[in-house]
Amino acid sequence: MMVPSLKLPDLIQEIRGAKTQAQEREVIQKECAYIRASFRDGDPLQRHRQLAKLLYVHMLGYPAHFGQMECLKLIASPRFTDKRVGYLGAMLLLDERHDAHLLITNSIKNDLSQGSQPVRGLALCTLSTMGSAEMCRNLATEVERLLLQESSSYVLKKAILTAVHMIRKDPELASIFLPPCSKLLHECHHGKAPHSLLQVWLWTDIVKNKPGAPAHRTRVVPQLVQILRTLVTTGCSTEHSISGVSDPFLQVKILHLLRILGRNHEESSETMNDLLAQVATNTDTSRNAGNAVLFETVLTIMDIHSAAGLRVLAVNILGRFLLNNDKNIRYVALTSLLRLVQSDHSAVQRHRPTVVECLQDTDASLSRRALELSLTLVNSSNVRTMTQELQTFLETCPIDLRADCASGILLAAERFAPTKRWHIDTILHVLTTAGAHVQDDAVANLTQLIGGAQELHAYSVRRLYTALAKDISQQPFVQVAAWCIGEYGDLLLEGSCEETEPPQVEEEEVLALLEKVLQSHMSLPATRGYAITALMKLSTRFQDNNRIRQVVSIYGSCVDVELQQRAVEYSTLFRKYDHMRAAILEKMPLVERGGPQVDEEAKESKEVPQLLEATVPDTAEPQATKLLDLLDLLDGMSRDSQHPVSLDSTPGNALVHPLDLPCATPPPASIPNLKVFEREGVQLNLSFTRPPGAPALLLVTVTTTNSSGGDVTHFICQAAVPKSFQLQLQAPSGDTVPAQGDLPITQIFRILNPNKAPLRLKLRLTYNHFGQEVQEIFEVNNLPVETWQ
Amino acid sequence: MIKAILIFNNHGKPRLSKFYQPYSEDTQQQIIRETFHLVSKRDENVCNFLEGLLIGESDNKLIYRHYATLYFVFCVDSSESELGILDLIQVFVETLDKCFENVCELDLIFHVDKVHNILAEMVMGGMVLETNMNEIVTQIDAQNKLEKSEAGLAEALACAVSAVKNMNLPEIPRNINIGDISIKVLNLPSFK
Repeated sequence: MMVPSLKLPDLIQEIRGAKTQAQEREVIQKECAYIRASFRDGDPLQRHRQLAKLLYVHMLGYPAHFGQMECLKLIASPRFTDKRVGYLGAMLLLDERHDAHLLITNSIKNDLSQGSQPVRGLALCTLSTMGSAEMCRNLATEVERLLLQESSSYVLKKAILTAVHMIRKDPELASIFLPPCSKLLHECHHGKAPHSLLQVWLWTDIVKNKPGAPAHRTRVVPQLVQILRTLVTTGCSTEHSISGVSDPFLQVKILHLLRILGRNHEESSETMNDLLAQVATNTDTSRNAGNAVLFETVLTIMDIHSAAGLRVLAVNILGRFLLNNDKNIRYVALTSLLRLVQSDHSAVQRHRPTVVECLQDTDASLSRRALELSLTLVNSSNVRTMTQELQTFLETCPIDLRADCASGILLAAERFAPTKRWHIDTILHVLTTAGAHVQDDAVANLTQLIGGAQELHAYSVRRLYTALAKDISQQPFVQVAAWCIGEYGDLLLEGSCEETEPPQVEEEEVLALLEKVLQSHMSLPATRGYAITALMKLSTRFQDNNRIRQVVSIYGSCVDVELQQRAVEYSTLFRKYDHMRAAILEKMPLVERGGPQVDEEAKESKEVPQLLEATVPDTAEPQATKLLDLLDLLDGMSRDSQHPVSLDSTPGNALVHPLDLPCATPPPASIPNLKVFEREGVQLNLSFTRPPGAPALLLVTVTTTNSSGGDVTHFICQAAVPKSFQLQLQAPSGDTVPAQGDLPITQIFRILNPNKAPLRLKLRLTYNHFGQEVQEIFEVNNLPVETWQ
Repeated sequence: MIKAILIFNNHGKPRLSKFYQPYSEDTQQQIIRETFHLVSKRDENVCNFLEGLLIGESDNKLIYRHYATLYFVFCVDSSESELGILDLIQVFVETLDKCFENVCELDLIFHVDKVHNILAEMVMGGMVLETNMNEIVTQIDAQNKLEKSEAGLAEALACAVSAVKNMNLPEIPRNINIGDISIKVLNLPSFK
């Protein structure tokens, strides 16, 4: 005797009555067992009930895959009730990943050709929801037939949408649907409105997939324009209108399609202009539906080749929406403005104050959009005020926006900084507020900036010192501060600086602060590295070395290997190489800006939106980007002053092999070239340039050519100048010159001559040529007078 | 394109879930949980759009509306107009109201299949099919009538069969002793 099965409402009642998760599971398991049994040998008339229960259980998250075959059986049954539940089950339980889904292809085919109207509708619905590419290919002809012959508009609509789905799954099918589509649009134009919305869908998809269908474009655009015009001008028909706007869904869709069609096409855009103006001015914006239409119009205007007046109108509409009280409208307005800002920058600038106000909004979505938009609106005239606003925002914004905001501010500051001092101040402020969220190269940028601004050394080191004394937790900031104090510690003690009040700072306090940084558990290993190097540098700037020596030797037994290595090297420096300590720990020369910076500036206008999306890497690695030229040690004319390139104890913070330095191309020469060396076909030429704006700087380009029959390999050129000069060697373009002189090696020397003393240059060459090692040392004679005057 | 339509209550229990892209069951449940998480944190007076983070696709948005105890969430991609979808949610709810006479959460709970059918008339394959409320209601009514007529016939049959099965003939005594007359009554077989 069979237990009568629970009806669906009763089952639901029972599940809801279960007090605990375990109880619910029990009820469901019992019921599933029953359902399985009844699927096997139960009453076929009750099957749909069982499946309905199974679908409910599936929604709650319990496994229901054993119902898949049942769906097939139910779909095949002739009763409408069964089919209904069967198709619903197919949509929910079957999808492309299960092979079983192909089995319903046949049932669908039968239903499409022979079923009644609702049945056909059901079949199409299922096909469009879960039809895979395979199924679509099999059934495409059926659907096409329906499109051409179907009389009921209900089924026709569904057929059109199914066609859209098919095209999405398999773009090749677009060609099959093109003819019926044109026929339908033609009918639609003559007043049969019901399926217009879907027409437009279909066209949108076809056009997206076959952009090279120009013939259709000329036909379609006027028809679409006509339809839209009728919609807008005639009084609203109540059936499709929503809050007074006649069929806004259709209007929006047509506008979207017009946008795609008119995007790069002059003629189509012409025809649309009047219509767009009409829609823009006539739509009632007091309700959401009207606003939706208006937005779509604005987006379309911006995308096609529209008249200038129309564009201004569009931006004004957006501006009006920004002032609206409804947050949804404001959000959409901000999104649209973001899209527009690249093409119509000046128009959007007018709305800058409103955008900045939106920054302060409590709504997270709104403030995010406002942030992105504000960052794109910063330019050289408004940079001060905008940065002010953005900094205020940085202090209060939610954590996930901080990284974006910080990097945005830094980028804007880099591009538009009015003065170096302002730039330094801004970066300092960002580092102290949101230090943990900035990207790594902020540290490198700041140190470079400070290094470059000679007149501001005293000012920056004072500010950094005071800020560091207050708070040592923000790592990037501490690193910069430590570096600065190390470099310019003597300026800190001097006590005379026009820009800020000189605090009385003692050596002891400075050393104590650096030690505090070293010992603090908040400091990262990299920060500690900075601190110990700074201490070391101070040993030449300050009087008292004992304390420094003590600290350094303590760290000689530190657990961290990097720190230990440094400490040991520095201690050795104190002990054995004390005579060299001063030279090694001199002030660093102006560091060359690396390649990535140069490229960024060149591409800035295109890259701003993408840069805003950049994610912040986790660990700070200040080592990687510092550039230090070690060959600066070539003081004097003595040959043994040439230290090997890979010296271990570096006064800088990174060990970047000079070959990593990129070669900048020198500006054209105005001083005559000089041939300085020739041997067996290998020639060395010097050319000189003075970059404008730096009269004491001389750029010497050494070009090595090879006109002989053998290759020159392992070519190294080193130079030395008198003590009063400063010499920097940039990396050569290579170390091999192939035979017959195709590709010469070039290398650039930078010589700084502040005293305008006569220039003397000694060169040392080593290379392999014809299997022999060649070494040449010579002084360059006949240097033109212009090189040092 | 609409990627998913979810209805859940204030505690996160799903009342309807329809996905227009193939996801595994686990993924579906995860999506429901995550969406609930994101949407329930929202304040009452913020905008109805959320940048969705569903399954790695970055241009997905969640557009939601909160009616009494239910959240209606539509997950769409960037090709849909946000304000248009807001209108669509409104139309959907109004249609439900018309079909169920003052719809409330209980209606959705006990008639999930009907809600699915109504939704299937409005949104098909992730695209908006019909937005005219009257049209939808007409179609649903026609289909319901069809079902009822089919079911009516079968129901009547089934009722008759089960009624006969369950009939319990009262126990008839085997021996009726009326004085001297002993009439043996045959053992009537009971219907099975």
